[in-house]
Amino acid sequence: MSAAALVRARGLRKGFRARGGWLGSKGPAFHAVDGVDLDIGASEIVGLVGESGSGKSTLGRILIRLIDPDEGTLHFDGTDLLAMQGQALRRLRREFQIVFQDPYGSLNPRMKIGDAIGEPLTIHKLANGRQQRTERVAELLTQVGLDPRMATRYPHEFSGGQRQRVGIARAIACGPRFLVADEPVSALDAPVQAQIVNLLVDLQEQLDLSYLFIAHDLNLVRRICGRVVVMYFGRVVEEASASTLYDAPRHPYTKALLAATPSVRPGRPQAPALAGEPPSQTAPPSGCPFHPRCPEALAECSRETPALLQIGQGHKVACHLVGRSSP
Amino acid sequence: MQLLEVRGLKVQYPGAVAPVRAVDGISFSLQQGETYALVGESGCGKSATGLALLRLVDPGRIAAGSIVFEGNDLLGLSEEAMRRIRGARIGMVFQETSAALNPVMRIGTQVGEALRIHRGLSRKEAHTEAVRLLRLVALADPERQARAYPHELSGGMKQRVMLAIALSCSPALLIADEPTTALDVTIQAQILALLRELRESLSLTILLITHDLGVVAENADRVGVMYAGRLVEEAPVAQLFEHAEHPYTRGLLRAIPASGSAKERWLPTLPGVVPDASNPPAGCRFHPRCTERFEPCDRDEPEMQDRPGDSRVACYLYRKERVG
Repeated sequence: MSAAALVRARGLRKGFRARGGWLGSKGPAFHAVDGVDLDIGASEIVGLVGESGSGKSTLGRILIRLIDPDEGTLHFDGTDLLAMQGQALRRLRREFQIVFQDPYGSLNPRMKIGDAIGEPLTIHKLANGRQQRTERVAELLTQVGLDPRMATRYPHEFSGGQRQRVGIARAIACGPRFLVADEPVSALDAPVQAQIVNLLVDLQEQLDLSYLFIAHDLNLVRRICGRVVVMYFGRVVEEASASTLYDAPRHPYTKALLAATPSVRPGRPQAPALAGEPPSQTAPPSGCPFHPRCPEALAECSRETPALLQIGQGHKVACHLVGRSSP
Repeated sequence: MQLLEVRGLKVQYPGAVAPVRAVDGISFSLQQGETYALVGESGCGKSATGLALLRLVDPGRIAAGSIVFEGNDLLGLSEEAMRRIRGARIGMVFQETSAALNPVMRIGTQVGEALRIHRGLSRKEAHTEAVRLLRLVALADPERQARAYPHELSGGMKQRVMLAIALSCSPALLIADEPTTALDVTIQAQILALLRELRESLSLTILLITHDLGVVAENADRVGVMYAGRLVEEAPVAQLFEHAEHPYTRGLLRAIPASGSAKERWLPTLPGVVPDASNPPAGCRFHPRCTERFEPCDRDEPEMQDRPGDSRVACYLYRKERVG
């Protein structure tokens, strides 16, 4: 939003080649992230929602340079992140970390939890000697609500929720300022999910962190995020404060997502808001990528891709319908 | 009319130390045409219950109980007689469609397979019927998709194919175990709408197994809540969401982000973790986590008792003596 954005991305694009043909010969290219601008302020929680294949995970990984974009610029606290390389980039990595959906896949099954959490401390030379490292690991375990004595155990001895706590301890070990939380609670049952979300909110306050919170549960995003970005097929289609997005969504896709989210009110829902499936990455539709499923599509929607336009304070929408009705 | 009655069902799996008591004495019944949801967290025994209805509990065993389906006790049937029920009278769909579909067999062949086995249809007849079934589950372009392989289909399309297979022999009961958990919300909405339509048009009875209370609210008629292998509460869906009685059910409902105020950043949680199924706590299995426990809770396991509004609950808070 402001010049003081901690993370500032402009025009990010990233193409991949689809697998295709015989034995994985290269198929046609597609853009997983197709021209995304994004600002994340200091101590801000920005929600990123969208369905599988929308590019939300790719975007999250670009922001912490796990993936390099093909085009665009990326600044972290004023530093040009894409210009950084080697040692300098590695040094900066302690400032931005990621929490994955599946902590089981991101933890080495043969490494004790204490070592997994302590490893980044060693790499970034944040602990002098074994003693200091052990103390810091104990402190981190306590901070995420685990018993420090669990440091000598292996990942398989932990429940899903506990493993996610370990993943969080590892992510905050080096004192980052920005975390990408990529579906951190999607694999967990509701009561455990609530515990982990509360932990993330607590840590955000205590450590003054910024999050990009990637999720598909819109109700959850609403609870904890100040601002929400909706992606569809590699593009941002709507961005607004959480309250505006939920109370007055403008993009037909955002409306459909909200309508499809199950409520806890018993009763039969209306017919599904959206027919069809997200577009094929190998045969992208012309114009607005949402037009083949859009209940309100106009003739021009299949010809021209709508630009993301500001329509109110902090509210941006990429839709021909909205361009029309606004002054 | 009653289609299925489960009494005192126990399912055990081999464990490292002691047997894992995945399902530990549950009783419930399904009425013809209703959607009954079994809900609970991972490991509560809801999926094991669904599989036990088909007697698919390998490497475990059904240790006790009876499962009376259309008048027959399934536990007394020979394996051959059970095969005539499995897939024919009781169909099942799972969350993992990729694991359930054969990757090197065309969709149409897989849909027709059960018809050839159970109904003795010829290859050609089975194909025609498969295309009809794919149309029934609203798969776009069914003639073409019948020739496709599973990897050519999206997750939502594969779940439609699973439904076509499960429904191919016109079962009376459909067991749907987390049928939409792996799908995006807009696709989930489509599949759930399809299930509701099929239930009407085919007068199906559905056992919906899910951890998602949002899915339950919008699709079930009655709900059974499981905790650590036991059924702790059962109620009509509106009753459950408005007047849940068991402290576990209430905790489960409060923890959903959709409930409560959107302004409140912190979500209400349940303290502690789900118990180990090979060594559940004495007394009520929920008592170590229960904020309302009192003297009998850690001694004896509470029995299910009838409550107003066609509900049942297993909790000492609602003991008759206590009320009286």
